[in-house]
Amino acid sequence: MASPPAASVAPDPSLLLQVVGLGKHYRGLVALADYSLDLAPRTIHGVIGPNGAGKTTLFNLLSGMVRPSTGAIHLLGVDVTHLSAYRVAQLGIARTFQNIRLFDDMSVLDNVAVAAQRHLPGSLWSAMMSTRAFREREERIRARSAELLDLVGLGDRTDRLARSLPYGDQRRLEIARAVAVGPKVLLLDEPSAGMNPSEAAELNGLIRRLRGDLGITIILVAHDIPLVMNLCDRIQVLNYGVLIADGDPATVRVDPGVISAYLGQAKHA
Amino acid sequence: MSPRVAGPLLSILGLSVGLALLDASGLAFWQGLMINLAIFTILVVSLNLASGFTGVFSLGNIGFMALGAYISAILTLPLAVKSEYLPDLPSWLAGVHLDQVVGPLPVGWLAATLIAGLLVAFVALLVGAVLMRLSGHFVAVATLGFLVIVRVILFNADGFTRGSRTFSNVTPYTNLWWAWACAVLVIYAVWRLKRSQYGRAMFAQRRDRWAAQSVGISILRPRLLAFVIGAFFTAIAGSLYAHFITSFSPTVFYFDLTFRVITMLVVGGMGSVSGSVIGSVVVLALAEGLRRVEDVTLLYGLSGALLAAFFIAVIVFRPEGIMGQREISFDRLSTRLRSLRGGGGPEGPETEAP
Repeated sequence: MASPPAASVAPDPSLLLQVVGLGKHYRGLVALADYSLDLAPRTIHGVIGPNGAGKTTLFNLLSGMVRPSTGAIHLLGVDVTHLSAYRVAQLGIARTFQNIRLFDDMSVLDNVAVAAQRHLPGSLWSAMMSTRAFREREERIRARSAELLDLVGLGDRTDRLARSLPYGDQRRLEIARAVAVGPKVLLLDEPSAGMNPSEAAELNGLIRRLRGDLGITIILVAHDIPLVMNLCDRIQVLNYGVLIADGDPATVRVDPGVISAYLGQAKHA
Repeated sequence: MSPRVAGPLLSILGLSVGLALLDASGLAFWQGLMINLAIFTILVVSLNLASGFTGVFSLGNIGFMALGAYISAILTLPLAVKSEYLPDLPSWLAGVHLDQVVGPLPVGWLAATLIAGLLVAFVALLVGAVLMRLSGHFVAVATLGFLVIVRVILFNADGFTRGSRTFSNVTPYTNLWWAWACAVLVIYAVWRLKRSQYGRAMFAQRRDRWAAQSVGISILRPRLLAFVIGAFFTAIAGSLYAHFITSFSPTVFYFDLTFRVITMLVVGGMGSVSGSVIGSVVVLALAEGLRRVEDVTLLYGLSGALLAAFFIAVIVFRPEGIMGQREISFDRLSTRLRSLRGGGGPEGPETEAP
């Protein structure tokens, strides 16, 4: 189908994240069409939808890992639409992955350190010669990483290999790693997948702390409807790549379109 | 002193004592073998940095060694030899003779080695800026192409290299001490690099390129850094080699040497610096031992076949090599020794002289 031209709206720097007319199509297949979002700071924003609705595509676009076909993404007024994924992360959009992607042959601590180190740069020479400045910097990177691991409840497992952690812990490690990037916006892709109810409840508390204590704005993709309804200030519903609802949880919950497209199906699943 | 500091210091001390004994012994064959070992160790550790740390399989590193060898050899030739030996050199180069010696220090050669390293690092920067964007088989083939290009250039730039004729008359500056001083420095630098932010970035993008980018790590930058530093050290190994062997031709720097170094790397373990040292020792010892068997049994070619069989066996039964990505930990070594001997003294590590 012909894609509509990207709307040329002037970016609003008071918004943390502004997405206009974002779309991605692979030849005939429309993965996401005309998606828009105005995200205020310190929001917890939910995106739900049936399988294949375009949620993960949306995250891949927002994190710069997939080039959009249409539209624009502005972070604090800065156009990040066509930047490389690592630049997007450096500017403040970090993410987790639906199918966990840890550095699984590295230690739990190193997984976080590799993200935290960017804020404490040092020279190549000091590293190769292991100068005092280098060792102090390493110490601070480790301290910062240990702090974040404490936050997600992995403070006692820092020396283990990432791949040796149970599934739920791997998810929390991935969150700690993403937070270590120092993001303004954190994209959490199915953070509660594979967790039991008590782990999911802990996760709920963790996400609230990330917003409350660290002031991070969160976009959450999840299948876990109670989690999303409970946590989010605002919810968008995607179906076949198109937004079908956008509003606070109470509104979305009773939206007839949403019920027929998603909640109705989910009950029979 | 903690084992973390004492371990490396004692290994350097042990190595020095071993080298001093060997130096005094006058056993020319063993001295030569140990110099060879130092050069191979540098080559393997550098390749480990460029390939093992980053997962970018480079087959072109011997090309950097060749460039290092020729650059340093040309720069250090004494004037008298040079005018007769390389008459077609451009005048700006014909007047250069880095053959100065101050007391015991061959400063001219050291400067030439550094220049060779820097020039080669610059070449690596240009080559790597293009090639490090590739991955997997593509980068292997492309770097192999670089090796072939270097060879062709060396053969045809006969005004500089004497082409296919042997380049001899190279001053033999390399000795046990220089070779091992360089090797120890390279081992130390790469070992520290592994445990630094640079090393973490290299390993992270090797493990998962998308996860690495999601935490703000570019794919190109750590790869390029590893490639350029690896090339710098490889060129230094080239200079050591040139001034050890004193005569060579472009044919030396080709597939044989490339695969010898890769064998050492894989046997030791891609990603482990101590593994690279162990791999160099094991493969060199094996090759040397088999060569003697060859001389006795008159079955020439046996060593190559058996070495290849050994390599295949490692790939099949222990694909991660002897060490995998792990390192020798002096902390753990000393605890184990203490428990074995009830507080026994520290033991020299893997870099001991035979």
